[in-house]
Amino acid sequence: MTTLEFDAVTKVYSVRGAGHITALDDVSFTLTSGQTIGLVGQSGSGKSTIAKILTQLETPTSGEVRLDGQPIPRRGKGLRAYRQQLRMVFQDPFASLNPYHSIRYHIQRPLRLDKVVPKAQEDSEVRRLLERVRLDADSVIDRRPHELSGGQRQRVAIARALASRPKLLVADEPVSMLDVSIRLGILNLLADLQREEGLGVLYITHDLATARHFSDEILVLNQGRVVERGPADDVILRPQDPYTQALRAASPDPDHFFATTTGHHGGAA
Amino acid sequence: MLRGIRPAYLSGITKGTTPMRDTLLSVRDFSVVYDVDPPVAAVRNVSLDLQRGEILGLAGESGCGKTTLAYGVQRLLKAPAVITSGSVTFHDASGEDIDVNALDPDAMRRFRWDKVSMVFQGAMNSLNPVATIGAQLDDVFEVHRPGMTSAERRAAVVELLEIVKVGAQRYRSYPHELSGGMRQRVMIAMALALRPQLMVMDEPTTALDVLVQREILKQISALRHEFGFSVVFITHDLPLLLEISDRIAIMRDGRIVELATAERIWNDPQDAYTKTLLESFPRLTGEKGMVLR
Repeated sequence: MTTLEFDAVTKVYSVRGAGHITALDDVSFTLTSGQTIGLVGQSGSGKSTIAKILTQLETPTSGEVRLDGQPIPRRGKGLRAYRQQLRMVFQDPFASLNPYHSIRYHIQRPLRLDKVVPKAQEDSEVRRLLERVRLDADSVIDRRPHELSGGQRQRVAIARALASRPKLLVADEPVSMLDVSIRLGILNLLADLQREEGLGVLYITHDLATARHFSDEILVLNQGRVVERGPADDVILRPQDPYTQALRAASPDPDHFFATTTGHHGGAA
Repeated sequence: MLRGIRPAYLSGITKGTTPMRDTLLSVRDFSVVYDVDPPVAAVRNVSLDLQRGEILGLAGESGCGKTTLAYGVQRLLKAPAVITSGSVTFHDASGEDIDVNALDPDAMRRFRWDKVSMVFQGAMNSLNPVATIGAQLDDVFEVHRPGMTSAERRAAVVELLEIVKVGAQRYRSYPHELSGGMRQRVMIAMALALRPQLMVMDEPTTALDVLVQREILKQISALRHEFGFSVVFITHDLPLLLEISDRIAIMRDGRIVELATAERIWNDPQDAYTKTLLESFPRLTGEKGMVLR
């Protein structure tokens, strides 16, 4: 059982000529193995700052992040060991894979850096990981990213994240660049992996519909502050905070739309 | 100006080859091939009638041909794309029928933007970073309305900035000084400048967050009611399209597999692929499209 505590974190950026900007204001949550927390909010709400702090690309101005009770090491071997426990899946599968390298290379690299398996077993481990994300290892292993579809690329990115056998996964808009019709497949894959490997997942998104179906608990961020939190269905179906209500009202909702319109169309209101 | 033209709401499925009375654009047997090795048939024998004042949604997955079709009907495609069959007729408000494929380069240049304008994918990044937005809007009139004086052009730009609610005080702003939503409004102002009869919008809100997206959609809808233009709205975001479109064309492998009112598509989809698409997105409040957890 792994527990990540994000404890009363505040992050203030100083901007030349503009004074200080509070990107995160006293944000706390606890993520444990097998649990998914959805983090929703619009651009600039602080979602990505949380991801940067979790990966130690930024340090908090105040507050602390702890993994199993231990503060995150700032540098060196300790930081590498921490990052082996927590991996990222990024938004853009076109930008997050290196066009020069084969799929094999992308997955081999973390195996080697984190010394996950002996060299002799590398090939079979790469294949195992590709099969794990429902890719046909034989047909993709020697290809380069541009030869794969967007959905396949995102599966490779997930396999790469799993290579170090992390306990926690931070997925920052993992499906927003993909066609609506294949998003569900990727989310279902993440849900399967989470169940089978007991991963804790932080799902960062501005899409309320997927957040609702994919998360156990949802935190709504507005201007760096958590304005609402609770079980996914409560937050999305019965939002209490005005900001959450505004997000909900702005999100496309055909079920509601066609239940209430009487033929007049194109109102978009 | 097109005030007063009745928008053709919910005009039903158009069948056969006789254009309806209120038709703005008739596309017949239209095909586009990318002449590479092997050739790719991107649009195959598409026929459709676009009604005056309607929002027609064009939906489908990446690579289905929706963008190629929308660009092709305005002859915006470059080699290796080749239009291999079909005709496109624009039924001008003046009563004249314009055969788009027969226009010479000069006439084509006048036709574009004057009759049909475009809001491009990633429009927020298609503004010139080193010119003020006022100057960029001014350019449209300078090129297409050479008779206007600079004072008239300035007044027209100010009016446009007010119409899209960017505000005239932004005349001297550079694109980087505006938010993504504001830049998108400037692009809509530019598309609106010559009061075209058709606006083609290619994923105009995809890069924006939901609150800004909703504002822009409301504005497009209000402008459409005010000015009476038709919209071809291209996106893979079917939930969004269902709410804003009068009719929706579902495309797959270069063909339109189903074309019906948004209500029909939602309540009574006929094609198996349409049903698959409808099942494939998680619902905000409904129970279908669940992640299997």
